[in-house]
Amino acid sequence: MSAIKTAMKTSKGLFVLASFAALALYPAVAGNYGVDLVTKVMIYAIFALSLELLVGMTGLVCFGQAAFFGIGAYAAVLLSPQAEAASLLWLLPAAVVAAAAYAMAVGALSLRTKGVYFIMVTLAFAQMAYYVVHDTPLGGGTDGIYLTAKPVLGSLIDLDKPLPMYAFTLVCLVLVFGFLALLSRSRFGRALAGIRVNEQRMRATGFSTYPYKLAAFTLSGGLAGLAGFLFAVKDAFVNPELMSWHFSGAVLIMIILGGLGHLRGALIGAFAFALLQEFFKSEAIFGAFAKHWSLGLGLTIIVAVALLPRGLVDMPGQWRARLVGRRAGVSGGAR
Amino acid sequence: MLGATSGCSLRQPGHILTIADFGQETRTLLMDLATFFIQCLNSLQYGLLLFLVASGLTLIFGIMGVINLAHGSFYMIGAYMAYALAPIVGSTFGGGFFATLLVGAVLAVLLGYVLEWVFFSYLYQREHLQQVLMTYGLILVFEELRSLLVGDDVHGIQPPAILSGSLPLGEMMTYPVYRLFISAVCLVLALGMYFVFTRTRLGMMIRAGSTNREMVQSLGIDIKFLYRVVFAAGVALAVLAGMVAAPVSSVYPGMGNTVLIICFVVVVIGGIGSIRGALLAALLIGVVDTFGKVLLPQAAGVLVYVLMALILLWKPDGLFKAG
Amino acid sequence: MSANGEVLLRGHDLTRRWGGLVAVNKVSLDLVRGHVHAVIGTNGAGKSTLINMLSGEIEPSGGRVELLGQDVTRWPQPRRARAGLGRSYQRNTIYPSFTVFENCRLAAQARTPRPWAWWQPAQGCQASTAAARACAARAGLDDLLDREAGLLSHGQKRQLEIAMCLATEPQVLLLDEPLAGMGAEETERMLALLTELKNGHAILLVEHDMDAVFRIADEITVMVNGAVIASGTPDEVRNSPEVRAAYLGDGH
Repeated sequence: MSAIKTAMKTSKGLFVLASFAALALYPAVAGNYGVDLVTKVMIYAIFALSLELLVGMTGLVCFGQAAFFGIGAYAAVLLSPQAEAASLLWLLPAAVVAAAAYAMAVGALSLRTKGVYFIMVTLAFAQMAYYVVHDTPLGGGTDGIYLTAKPVLGSLIDLDKPLPMYAFTLVCLVLVFGFLALLSRSRFGRALAGIRVNEQRMRATGFSTYPYKLAAFTLSGGLAGLAGFLFAVKDAFVNPELMSWHFSGAVLIMIILGGLGHLRGALIGAFAFALLQEFFKSEAIFGAFAKHWSLGLGLTIIVAVALLPRGLVDMPGQWRARLVGRRAGVSGGAR
Repeated sequence: MLGATSGCSLRQPGHILTIADFGQETRTLLMDLATFFIQCLNSLQYGLLLFLVASGLTLIFGIMGVINLAHGSFYMIGAYMAYALAPIVGSTFGGGFFATLLVGAVLAVLLGYVLEWVFFSYLYQREHLQQVLMTYGLILVFEELRSLLVGDDVHGIQPPAILSGSLPLGEMMTYPVYRLFISAVCLVLALGMYFVFTRTRLGMMIRAGSTNREMVQSLGIDIKFLYRVVFAAGVALAVLAGMVAAPVSSVYPGMGNTVLIICFVVVVIGGIGSIRGALLAALLIGVVDTFGKVLLPQAAGVLVYVLMALILLWKPDGLFKAG
Repeated sequence: MSANGEVLLRGHDLTRRWGGLVAVNKVSLDLVRGHVHAVIGTNGAGKSTLINMLSGEIEPSGGRVELLGQDVTRWPQPRRARAGLGRSYQRNTIYPSFTVFENCRLAAQARTPRPWAWWQPAQGCQASTAAARACAARAGLDDLLDREAGLLSHGQKRQLEIAMCLATEPQVLLLDEPLAGMGAEETERMLALLTELKNGHAILLVEHDMDAVFRIADEITVMVNGAVIASGTPDEVRNSPEVRAAYLGDGH
């Protein structure tokens, strides 16, 4: 049994490495539209990974992740000087810190609640951020704000061109993935897993769980801010819809669709969700009905959650279980 | 005080005291008082409307343990029903506004009944996250169905003739009768809920079902039917709220989502499962939101959440426990 | 309340009110190193509330809790746990999806948390892995280390529950119905383990199994409706008229 487990681990690792390799080679075969689309999807993947830390690893269901994404995006635009390009060296960390700071504030209050309350409270705080950028001149209102000069790293990286943007995003994705993979095996990550599975036992053993949860929440917010930063730089435009709760819902769907509890689930989910959106929006397939793409998406979400509660990541496992189950049924099911 | 601030004209016998008899400062004070009173009435009306919608939400969660994001959609459905049904009811029965309300209420109960049977009954055993996502998917479905059936336009609705006047408030201001009607409807429904919960067998079963499902089942009460009734009632409350509010708030696509999130705040502040808490919280939010819009128009949208944050600091479980 | 040995945990006049109801009424007890102090009583007697006040999960309405000489009444549970208080629960609080080894290791990690070392794998943590092997061996689980905890038998799960208690090397153990749901053979094994654990620990045992209690306890406190009606050695309690009347009377 443990031999199979080791093999599976390798196949998981292989899958991830292969995916990154494919992403690295993709621009060679794709046109501008493809590169732009996949850049967007990779940004979604980073966003999804940030939520996976919170929901999948720690068990905290947050319905307000878009706020942190939006703050990273708005920080990128608002902190950039008008005339000249800012340096990535300080703009990127500034955006991440801004998002993390709001996450810490929201977390400090929200983590006083549990269960359903927590879901509602995180949603409400995200809505609060939405109203700030929507109603006040700070956010430029519904029209949004444009980024006049994209940040650069000296003369090395010019994010104005699609290929450098793609490459930079891919590097960020790989780094975030690697960081979270290491984190999940670390003492901190194991503690988060323990909190997810049985918080009472963690406390009885002597872990003060609140600081761990707050740290996870803050870190998650910072990573979401990174995704937002990249998004703002890519499109050179931000508007309040980046903070809408529909976006919070979308990223939650991405990680469920992909599979909770697995980092690669966030990757798979982001791509699957983006593909679904493109599919339902496609006029080639649906004609005039394509403008009602939310209907197809809504139905897919309902069916996916109902039938595939463990996500796409688990599909090979489910097939394997069915095969093994048939054999075990014959032999008596010895474990 | 009246005499002190201004010269009060000598009263002749038979002279009726009017505003004109008072001086400038007093007039301003009285106008401010009248404005204040109007805002109080507005707060009450908004708060009671919120309570109607939120009580359905908290009831469904408190008794069935389901968090339903699509609850705001019922409010939106109610408003669009008020718009879409009016001509149909008019031409079929010759009825007006009240007939439309009645037809809407009946349809709402049917909708709730069917929805529970076909969809929500499968959610009870699932984790909150799955409930959240499936009901989120439902929101999208409802929005697009509405878009297909009735379109995405914004509509205004006229209140019925009897209720479209204004009541004078003192000498200087008036208040729309229809808004008072809204408050009255909500109050009547709230009292009706209170009566059902505390005085009827059904209410007793509902309250028992919320604290001890297995016990109620073992007593031979059909818990499935009970849940269906509760769900239908919750839907009907939200739909009615939407129908009644339509002339005042107008009918627009995003109205369900806006009301949903405020309802969440109501439930978080009031305490989940607590009707009393929902009432208090809804009225509180009504006051904060209404006066906020008047006093701090820029920050108005945010004030409600600041209130929630403050309450969370003080009482993380909400103001009341379930019951 | 004997005090021949070192008192490690003292509950003094502990009271807990819920609105108008008094769940625990001025209960005092001492836990002495090397002794098992059992608390028995009917359902609703307040035993759970009492143990929760001692562990730090419920705040007392009145009274004091002293751990190793310090007043810990206002301390939250994790802090008391780090100071040497271990607790097992009536319903299993193991991590079913982790292996037995990981269950113990994570419990032991509470002593050396080092959360900032994000690049170091937890499995490489010397302190927690060594402690995990030690406490698993002590609880008799060393041949089950790689088994997924959710797949253990009920008795083995209860053993794991105890093992996790021991992982942080506490001095005081609060055990809430460790024998719950066990058959005869498993009960014997658990009682042997508890007897062995007496060395070095002060143990509070809340239990319903009267035979086990009278075999293993050095002191017994009997609670009815939140108050103590008798407290002393097993013989004293067995012969106490109040206890006979209230609890052991009918048919025992």
